[in-house]
Amino acid sequence: MDHRAVFGNRLLPYLLLLPQLAITIVFFYWPTSQAAWMSFRIEDAFGTSTEFVGLENYQVLLKDPAYYQAMLNTAVFSALVAFLSLSIALLLAVMADKQIRGGTAYRTLLVWPYAVAPAIAGVLWLFMFQPSLGMIGRNLRAMGVDWNPLLNGGDAMTLVVLAATWKQISYNFLFFLAGLQSIPKSLIEAAAIDGARPARRFWTIVFPLLSPTTFFLLVVNIVYVFFDTFGIIDAITKGGPARATETLVYKVFNDGRLGGDLGGSAAQSVILMIIVIALTSIQFRYVERKVTY
Amino acid sequence: MVERRHWFTDLLPHIVLCLGVLVVAFPVWLAFVGSTWDAGTIANGKMPLYPGPYLFENYSRTILQGRSGTGEPVGMMMLNSLTMALAIAFGKIAISIFSAFAIVYFRFPFRMAAFWLIFITLMLPVEVRIYPTYKVVADLHLLDTYAGLAIPLIASATATLLFRQFFMTVPPELVEASKIDGAGPMKFFKDTVLPLSVTTMAALFVIQFIYGWNQYLWPLLITTRPDMQTIVLGIKKMIVTQDALTEWQLAMATAVLAMLPPVLVVLVMQKLFVRGLVETEK
Repeated sequence: MDHRAVFGNRLLPYLLLLPQLAITIVFFYWPTSQAAWMSFRIEDAFGTSTEFVGLENYQVLLKDPAYYQAMLNTAVFSALVAFLSLSIALLLAVMADKQIRGGTAYRTLLVWPYAVAPAIAGVLWLFMFQPSLGMIGRNLRAMGVDWNPLLNGGDAMTLVVLAATWKQISYNFLFFLAGLQSIPKSLIEAAAIDGARPARRFWTIVFPLLSPTTFFLLVVNIVYVFFDTFGIIDAITKGGPARATETLVYKVFNDGRLGGDLGGSAAQSVILMIIVIALTSIQFRYVERKVTY
Repeated sequence: MVERRHWFTDLLPHIVLCLGVLVVAFPVWLAFVGSTWDAGTIANGKMPLYPGPYLFENYSRTILQGRSGTGEPVGMMMLNSLTMALAIAFGKIAISIFSAFAIVYFRFPFRMAAFWLIFITLMLPVEVRIYPTYKVVADLHLLDTYAGLAIPLIASATATLLFRQFFMTVPPELVEASKIDGAGPMKFFKDTVLPLSVTTMAALFVIQFIYGWNQYLWPLLITTRPDMQTIVLGIKKMIVTQDALTEWQLAMATAVLAMLPPVLVVLVMQKLFVRGLVETEK
C-alpha cells in the first residue's frame, strides 16, 4: 500500500475527510459516549438533574426478570430465524445451482423480498394470519386450532419468526448460490466417478466447503434479528402480548420512551453495544481468514 | 455427470424452486388482492384469491387521502420516503468517496486514526444509541426535517471501505501519469477516479436506496409531524389495535406502494444489486 504514488498536499486530505468525520463524531461518537455516561446516572423525579449512581442501573437491570425474558426472546427468535432461513435458502440454492433451464429466472423470482422493509413484511404476514379475517389464520381457527397472535405469546412469536424468515431467505439464497458456484465442479464429478450418491456428495463435499459461507451468514442473520426486526415487532406486536415478543432492542426503545427510564435504557444500550462488537469481530475474523487464503 | 439421469432428478429442482417461489410470492399476492377489494369483503373473511373491482378506488383514495379520519395522504409519505432515500444514497456516496480518496491517495498525520474512527462506526448501529442520538438531533433543531432524517444516516463505514478497496486496485501508474501531466489531486479525482468508480457508485446506490427507503426506527424517533411521515412508518398507523377499525384494503394498498420502488430497483438493476450486496458485506 505504501509504494502507491501519493499526492503531497497538506490541507486537502483533511478537507476531504471533514464531512464524514464531522458526521461520525456528532452522530456516532458523541451519542455513544452519552449513552455510556447516562448508564452510570439516574434522573431525578422531575428530569431536571442527574445523579451519579455507579453501577446501580446495571444491577437493577440484571435483577429484572423482564430483562432476562427479553434476552431469552432474542435468543429464541435468532435461533429460529437463522435455522429456518438458512436451511430453506440452502435447499433452494442447491436446487438452483443444478444446471437447469431457467436458473436465472428463478434467481430473479427469489431475490426481491430483500427489498421489502421489515415493517411491511410484518404487516403482510399479519394480514394472512390475522385470526378473524386472515386467509390462513381464519382457516386455522376453523380447523379447531386456537390461533390468536394478539393474545397468545407463542403464536405472536411464531408470526414474527415467519415474517423475519420470509424476508431473510433471499439474502441467504444469494450468498449460498455464490458459494456453491465457487466450488469446483471437478471435485463433485470425481466423487461421482467414485460412486458417491448425490446425498453423500452433498454432505461430504459440498456442505463442508460451504461452511465459511454458512458461518458468515449465521452471524449476519443473528445481527439481522437483533436489530433489523425492530420494524416487524413494532408494526405487528409492539413487543406483546405480555412482553412475549419483546427483544433486547425493543426493550431499549420501550424503556426509554416518553422520558422514562433513560439510565436503564442507556445501560441496556451499552450491553447491546458489547454484543454487537463481539458479533462484528467474529465476522471480521472470518473475513480476514478468507482474505489470507 | 457420470450417472444416468432419471427423469425425476431433472424435475425435482423445478418442483422445489417453484414451491419456493410460490411461498415467497404468496404474501405479496395476497396483499395485492387485498388492496383490490372493499372493506366488507375482507372483514367477513371471504376474500377470494383473485383481484376484485376496487383497485382504482382503493389506490386513488390511499394516495390522495389516506385512511379515514386524520389520515395523511400516502402519496405525500411516498415523496418523503423518496426524498430521504435519495438524500441518504447520494449523501453516503459523496462523503465516502471523498474520505476514501483522502485515505488512499494522501499521506498525512492521523491518517490511520481517521480510518479507524470511520471503521469502528460499523459496530455502532443506531439501535444501540437511540435516545442520545435523538437528543443530539433535537439540540440541533433538526427534528421533523429532511436533514434530520438523512444526515445522521449518511456516515457509513461500509461505503468508505468499499471505495477504499476499489481505489487500491486502481493501478498506481495512473497517478504517476496524471502527475507527469501536471494534474493536481482534484483533477486526478475528477478525470480518473470518478469515471472509474461509476459501477461501484451505481452498485452502492442500489443498496443504499433500499436501505434509506426501508428505514423505520430513525423516522419513528425523529418525526412527529404527520406531514413528515415516511410510508414504511405510515403503515403502522393503519393497523389499528381494534381490528374492526383497520381499513385493510387501504393498509394493503399502502404496503404494495411501499414495496414497489425498492423491489423495482432490485429487479431492474439486479446485476448491480447482487454486486453491491456481495461487495458491501465482504
